[in-house]
Amino acid sequence: MAATRLVEELVRHTPDSFDICMIGDEASLPYNRVLLSSLLAGDLDENELELKKPEWWGQHHIQTLTGQKVCGIDRSSKTLTLTSGSTLTFDLLVIATGSRPIMLPLPGADLDGVITFRDLADIEKMQSAIAAKASAVVIGGGLLGLEAAYGLAKADIPTNVIHLMDRLMERQLDGEAATMLRDDIAARGISFHLSAQTKMIHGKDSVEAVELADGTLIKADLVVMAVGIRPHIELAQAAGLTTARGILVDDHMTTSDPSIFALGECAEHRGIAYGLVEPAYEQARVLATHLANEVATYAGSITATNLKVHGIKLFSAGDFLGSKDTQNIVLRDRGLKTYRKLILEKREEKTYLIGCVLYGDTADGLWYADLIRQQTPVDDMRALLVFGRELALREAA
Amino acid sequence: MNAPLGEKPSVQTTCPYCGVGCGVLATPDGKGGAEIAGDTSHPANFGRLCSKGSALGETLGLETRLLHPMMRNTRGTYTRASWDDALDGIADGWQKIIDAHGPEATAFYLSGQLLTEDYYVANKLMKGFLGTANVDTNSRLCMASSVAGHRRAFGADTVPGNYEDLDQADLIVLTGSNAAWCHPVLFQRMVKNRQERGAKIVVIDPRQTASADEADLFLPIAPGMDSVLFSALLVAIADRGFIDEAYIGAHTKGFPEALASARQLAPDLTSAARKCGVSQEALTEFITLWLSTPNTVTAWSQGVNQSAQGTDKVEAMINCHLATGRIGKPGSGPLSLTGQPNAMGGREVGGLANMLAAHMNFQAADIDRVRRFWNATSMANQEGLKAVPMFDAIARGDIHALWVMATNPAASLPRADFVRQALRGLDFFVVSEVVRSNDTLNCGAHILLPAAAWGEKDGTVTNSERRISRQRPFLTMPEEVRPDWWIVCEVAKRLGFEKAFSFTSAAEIFAEHAALSGFENNGSRDFDLSGYSASESQYERMQPFQWPLRQGEEPQTRLFSEGGFFTPDRRAQFHQLEEPALKDAPDDIYPLLLNTGRIRDQWHTMTRTGLSQRLSHHLPEPFATLHPDDAAQHQISDGGFIRLTSRYGTAILRARVSEGQRRGEVFAPIHWTAETSSHGRIGALVQPATDCYSGQPELKATAINITPVHFAYEGFVLSRETMALDPDSWFSRVTIDGAQGALLATDLNVEKIHAQIQGMLDDCTLAEFHDESCGEHRLAFFKDERIEACLFLAPAGRELSWNGLKAYFASDKLSGLERLAVLSGQSAAGLTDSGPVICACFGVSLNTIQEFIEKDQVTSAEEIGAHLKAGTNCGSCLPELRRMVKASH
Repeated sequence: MAATRLVEELVRHTPDSFDICMIGDEASLPYNRVLLSSLLAGDLDENELELKKPEWWGQHHIQTLTGQKVCGIDRSSKTLTLTSGSTLTFDLLVIATGSRPIMLPLPGADLDGVITFRDLADIEKMQSAIAAKASAVVIGGGLLGLEAAYGLAKADIPTNVIHLMDRLMERQLDGEAATMLRDDIAARGISFHLSAQTKMIHGKDSVEAVELADGTLIKADLVVMAVGIRPHIELAQAAGLTTARGILVDDHMTTSDPSIFALGECAEHRGIAYGLVEPAYEQARVLATHLANEVATYAGSITATNLKVHGIKLFSAGDFLGSKDTQNIVLRDRGLKTYRKLILEKREEKTYLIGCVLYGDTADGLWYADLIRQQTPVDDMRALLVFGRELALREAA
Repeated sequence: MNAPLGEKPSVQTTCPYCGVGCGVLATPDGKGGAEIAGDTSHPANFGRLCSKGSALGETLGLETRLLHPMMRNTRGTYTRASWDDALDGIADGWQKIIDAHGPEATAFYLSGQLLTEDYYVANKLMKGFLGTANVDTNSRLCMASSVAGHRRAFGADTVPGNYEDLDQADLIVLTGSNAAWCHPVLFQRMVKNRQERGAKIVVIDPRQTASADEADLFLPIAPGMDSVLFSALLVAIADRGFIDEAYIGAHTKGFPEALASARQLAPDLTSAARKCGVSQEALTEFITLWLSTPNTVTAWSQGVNQSAQGTDKVEAMINCHLATGRIGKPGSGPLSLTGQPNAMGGREVGGLANMLAAHMNFQAADIDRVRRFWNATSMANQEGLKAVPMFDAIARGDIHALWVMATNPAASLPRADFVRQALRGLDFFVVSEVVRSNDTLNCGAHILLPAAAWGEKDGTVTNSERRISRQRPFLTMPEEVRPDWWIVCEVAKRLGFEKAFSFTSAAEIFAEHAALSGFENNGSRDFDLSGYSASESQYERMQPFQWPLRQGEEPQTRLFSEGGFFTPDRRAQFHQLEEPALKDAPDDIYPLLLNTGRIRDQWHTMTRTGLSQRLSHHLPEPFATLHPDDAAQHQISDGGFIRLTSRYGTAILRARVSEGQRRGEVFAPIHWTAETSSHGRIGALVQPATDCYSGQPELKATAINITPVHFAYEGFVLSRETMALDPDSWFSRVTIDGAQGALLATDLNVEKIHAQIQGMLDDCTLAEFHDESCGEHRLAFFKDERIEACLFLAPAGRELSWNGLKAYFASDKLSGLERLAVLSGQSAAGLTDSGPVICACFGVSLNTIQEFIEKDQVTSAEEIGAHLKAGTNCGSCLPELRRMVKASH
């Protein structure tokens, strides 16, 4: 997706300046991975996932190599080797290999029916499980795990979510929002095992049950591991590019080799390897501009979270937990099931918004994200800040 | 609301508030309320109304009304009773006390809010048939010194002039009267005269009031020194040749002695100015103005009356008018501005312990005359106990039975806490009331009687210019509510006086009252309505008229310009004055002086005005005004809290710092009670000294000390139903549309207050706002889509306003958008309800998209993306966009 966005931006910025070849190891043309949950939930068809119509690539003279995997980069000769054995040369190379789902090294993890939730192939497996009226366990109560569980439960198969932490989506939500989320998701027919460690997966050839550390056995024909992602950096490592968790890039998305760039989930910028589409798109914009020889720098993203579960609105951005040095403003309406928490920080006599969690009513999420990003002092509108942009700005006016 | 009387044209009635007695046109709206307008034909106001009068329509609800008789049971709570049981109970109870302790062990405490007819029968029952004159009234707190002054000087309680004098005077002197707030319609007449005719206005008041702001000359007089000031004037009148020798010679007596006494009080201008605390220049200017302006009205009100030397103050002013013959002439004379709507009517029927009836006194001939007229079985032969000693007698246990009608002595009398205690000890305690809860009846009344309220009752009132006007009903009386006169008559009948109390209408009572006034009168008594023809239809049609209305004569609009006083020798009496001295002078322990009074938009204890949102807005909480230097000395900040303590009680009020306040004096309004405030009962502090002639207590000068009070939090509660609030916190209740407000100051944190009110709101869902580091907390309680209550709390000193919240309470159904805005304290007006966010990347909301789809007949999600950007980033909202497009077709 990051690569497609980059190409799109390049086509717009500097049409015909580059000969572009796009290589991907999946059989299909680039598609919108973000919508896999919606596909699983049956909210749309597979063809609706496509990012660009097939003819678009040709119209813009972009060569696409699908189902092809790059197995080596020779930086000195600026040559790529594909698994098919063929080679390609380049002047500039952009690595957008994304990330891989983490597979927990559990006993039984290699059984048939243990899958991740990353690509169309995973969806196919889940859909067969649904067709077979199987029961499912999702390991991981993060964004992806919950979307997978929602899709499964929506198809009426018994679904259990096992989560190591005591609350869901702990990387995006505080305790209160997580509790509201659990209640809302539980109402959609999903069972939860929080603070639960998976001990092993039982089964002969295929999955039969999941056993927790406390001995609880949960029947399962399908186990979806959604415990996180790891940047896909093996290729870059092998090529001798500097890497840490991801491929290290500067503010222009340039790797340690000035003719090689990286973006998306495989890149690590200022110590952060993002796992969301929004930063990847921002990076694509910056890189395209940079490649067009215009000034653009990427200073990192304030990531905002949205969960794609129909009827559930949540949003978080920045430092949503705060610390003893920050100040919280909380607004909750138990009847409307809405909750807002803003995290403020005082620096040099001024107050700044540094994070927020919204649940139930997310209309002002982007405004808060902007305030967090731009670090505008909020002292003048503090009293009304939590009530949203309209009220807060009406007062300031 | 009251049940409507049906479609009716406007009804001519009279305002129930101050003594101006403005004519009101009430047009029932058919739903139990009424449109209120000034009556352009009424000579008191010619259509004009003040803020209080204009808001009368907002005060007609039945929410706070006592609607059926109640009797206290053995558990100390009240049980609904039938009228028969209640009336039998009163007759029994009263008779038992009389049998055991004699009639002097019983008392009535009446009110200037009663109509003349109510007053008449109550007075008749006690003084003519139960044999005691223990009938006093809240007019004792209001007008008694004027009554005494009039009687001592003129031989009768006669107001010589009328309101037209205020239009015709070239100089109007307001002494102890903030008419701009307390008699606004008359004050506007004065201001008009000033603007159109160039009349001068002088204000003599310890406070720089709103009236003083309009004055040509303001004399910030030291408390109690009015008689010195007018003595200085009398001396100047004499020394500069302004004496009307002819008038003095023909119509008065005692001038030399009075002048001698004036010279003692004010030997020279320098010492007089010093005693009065005003500059010699200002005093000279006042005297010059007075001497050089023959058409001078000296008007006064409670600043004169509510004093232990109030009668002297009245005499001091009357002396000056008598000495110059400036009395009873157009644009000239002394004019007492009455506080209450029917204080004058009460005085006319004799509803005061030291008057008998119809301006007759406790003299053998009068007693005999009234006995014969009434066919009285048991005449009172001597004066009864005036208000303050009456409650002393109750406290001592000398009075066992008390009937309070239409007033709230537990709030308004001096030493109000002592009065509360005294009431609790009564053997038999009856209250006739319009409201079901007040400080007085909450002192354990045994029987509560639901009395008719303004708009329901039928009778007459007399205003400050001796003008009798009708109060007419324009609302149907609630089913079990009764007029006061009926209640008194029913009890009288049960006590065995059927014949004397067989009245069937207010008109019959008025006819008897008029007849008594003319009985063996022949011009010997000022109060004479013998020219009134006693027919029901004349009563029904009665237009405002002034007394005396002697048989065969026109009503007399002014008196005494040619003498004709009501003393035995028909001469007015000049009076010698005592050296003024406050009864409760400040000392080391109580170094300041408490002055009390009214504010513009409230009336008495707010049982009626308090129902109006408009009127509750001006000054919504009990406060104390003090001079900046006093505030600084006692570490009291403007807007902070102040504890006032006298020898008799204490109050905590909001501090207001003002240059208009004299150094050493604190002003506090009288209106707040335990019903409306936690610590605002100012009557509790007031000392009980009274004027030796009038018995009127010195309500405006009590020695106090002050200390600052600090609360951790301030805020407010708004609720649909009145909520019980923490007794240790400070609060003041305020009416707003559709809700009860309480301003709050407290040391309790939000959790504790929440816990206290949660019980009353158990079936509600809660919304909360917390900005912990700013100390701001807000809670709102909802039932379905309706807000039931909210609590806003912030660290003390921060301004919080509920103005933005009123609209939420005015609605029964709040949208989600409005509901989320409630805790902002801001109005939701003008906010756009964009609905939930659909496209999270670009923040595009449901309603925006929906609107676009409908307006532009959209057929695909891509079109939406092209126009609104929705769905063009991560694309995760595309399924929803497609659904919306599909649904629109």
